[in-house]
Amino acid sequence: MIRTSGLTKRFGPVLAVDGVDVVVKEGDRYGLLGPNGSGKTTLVRMLLGLVYATSGEIEVMGEPVPRRVARVLPRIGALVEGPGGYGHLSGRTNLGIFDAAGPRSTVGGRAARRRRIDAALERVGLGGIDNRPVKAYSLGMRQRLGLAGALLRSPALLILDEPTNGLDPRGIREIRDLLVELNEAGTTVFLSSHLLSEVEQLATRVGVFDRGRLVLQESLETLRAPTGRVVVHTPDASRAVALLDGRVERRDADRLLVRHQDPSTLNALLVADGVRVAEIAPERRGLEQIVLEITGAGSDRVDG
Amino acid sequence: MIRVELVKLVRRPRTWISIALLCVLPIVVAAFVAARHLAPAPGTGPAFLSAVLRDGSLYPAAAMAMIVPVFLPISVAVLAGDSVAGEAAGGTLRYLLARPVGRTRLLVAKLISLVVFVLLAVVAVVGTSYVTGVVLFGTGTPAALGEPDGVTSLSGVTLSPWEFTLRLVGAVGFVVVSMLGVAAIALFLSTVTDSALGAALGALAVLIASEILVLLDAAVAIRPFLPTRYWLAWVDFFRDPIFWRDIERGIGIQAVYVVVLLGAAWANFVTKDIKT
Repeated sequence: MIRTSGLTKRFGPVLAVDGVDVVVKEGDRYGLLGPNGSGKTTLVRMLLGLVYATSGEIEVMGEPVPRRVARVLPRIGALVEGPGGYGHLSGRTNLGIFDAAGPRSTVGGRAARRRRIDAALERVGLGGIDNRPVKAYSLGMRQRLGLAGALLRSPALLILDEPTNGLDPRGIREIRDLLVELNEAGTTVFLSSHLLSEVEQLATRVGVFDRGRLVLQESLETLRAPTGRVVVHTPDASRAVALLDGRVERRDADRLLVRHQDPSTLNALLVADGVRVAEIAPERRGLEQIVLEITGAGSDRVDG
Repeated sequence: MIRVELVKLVRRPRTWISIALLCVLPIVVAAFVAARHLAPAPGTGPAFLSAVLRDGSLYPAAAMAMIVPVFLPISVAVLAGDSVAGEAAGGTLRYLLARPVGRTRLLVAKLISLVVFVLLAVVAVVGTSYVTGVVLFGTGTPAALGEPDGVTSLSGVTLSPWEFTLRLVGAVGFVVVSMLGVAAIALFLSTVTDSALGAALGALAVLIASEILVLLDAAVAIRPFLPTRYWLAWVDFFRDPIFWRDIERGIGIQAVYVVVLLGAAWANFVTKDIKT
């Protein structure tokens, strides 16, 4: 769906995106993570032909961008750096303007447009919206309206930059469910976020940006594969340490980190010896841990 | 896209507020003149105003003379300056372009909607001032005007109402063309900066500079190339016979400004990184 090679963008002296090779396959839910100012938004803008690359290639749905971007954009729904709208008009009118501004739709006229708009509003939870102007909307409502705009043309690819900005926890959950539902119906989802939990809960593949470079690109499953260690919580920690002799890598009070492949055998072993086990699970690395290990501070931090 | 731009123009309260303000000025002037029955002496004050007392149906011409030098260009500069920069600042530009709307198409649609705005504004001013003139001053016989210094003596030839209307249409058309230069300057600046205010003020600065230079004898060499030089040539439609020379030059110079600045706006806009 998306393939970039050696993609580089320089703004004056600043290297915003530096030799990036992103690969998004059809059907992916791709989460692009990175600190603020790491180049995520610039990458998204380049994918949409808004910003022109300094060097490198972009291919979206098999077409070169920006040369043939007009051919792929009708099949892309996009949300870039927050929603935008005409504040003095209603949400419905705003969607009408954006819908009419694009290339002529193949199906239907006015009635079809109204149906499309109603369907999109319904999907993002604004089905009952009245005629108040967009400037009276809350941040969350604007975000939903922006998403509705992205969904208008039932796109094959959704490119969403920080899609849950301004939403409350329930709203975030709704949008996540919506994106998963769309993805299962065949839409490829590419989203960028600085929220680890959002990406961790949604994405199937993860890319991590740091200071303009793509420092990691991997499926979430691989990243979160068991590490070959087991975390055991037990009130009889000292006995367990003695029993496991040397295989305990770390002990924090009643929490033990044990080098062992299989939690269930380990559990049986401990219990057979009379060690009470409160909790036992394979150790998995959190995305947070992985990302913090490989990225530096965001560009909004200025150290002396 | 053109239709979309027109919808945006029509549904924007600001459009109608500026048109209303343009219409109000001539009405206020007419009220004063009618109340005191005291027009400026021939050759002073806005063109045509001294002839209006005799014939109210000439008042649209006087009204145009009031709005063309300052107020109409201000409103055009504000709208044109906002056209791209305003979309950029409001965050809608990126969504229009991602829809996709071709960048060239967007610029052309913006320019056309500006032309429609000028046309709407001038027609509104002509309409309201005609009504104002006829109500306050009554009608007489429309007459052609005399010398370039604005003397309103009759040149002997009487214009039929039909002919007067035709000439008014010609004058309105010329005023619209005259505003294209301002529109192109502001539109160009609007693609350069993301500040609508900056673009509008920049265009106004160019116009004020031009108006100063037009009056400066030392700058006579560049006078024919200044955007505001022929702005008042629409008056020539009311001479008999119509004095075409300045009208043609006015149209020519506006065409040059439009082609050059629109070309610059296009070249800048299609290669620009949209970062807002």
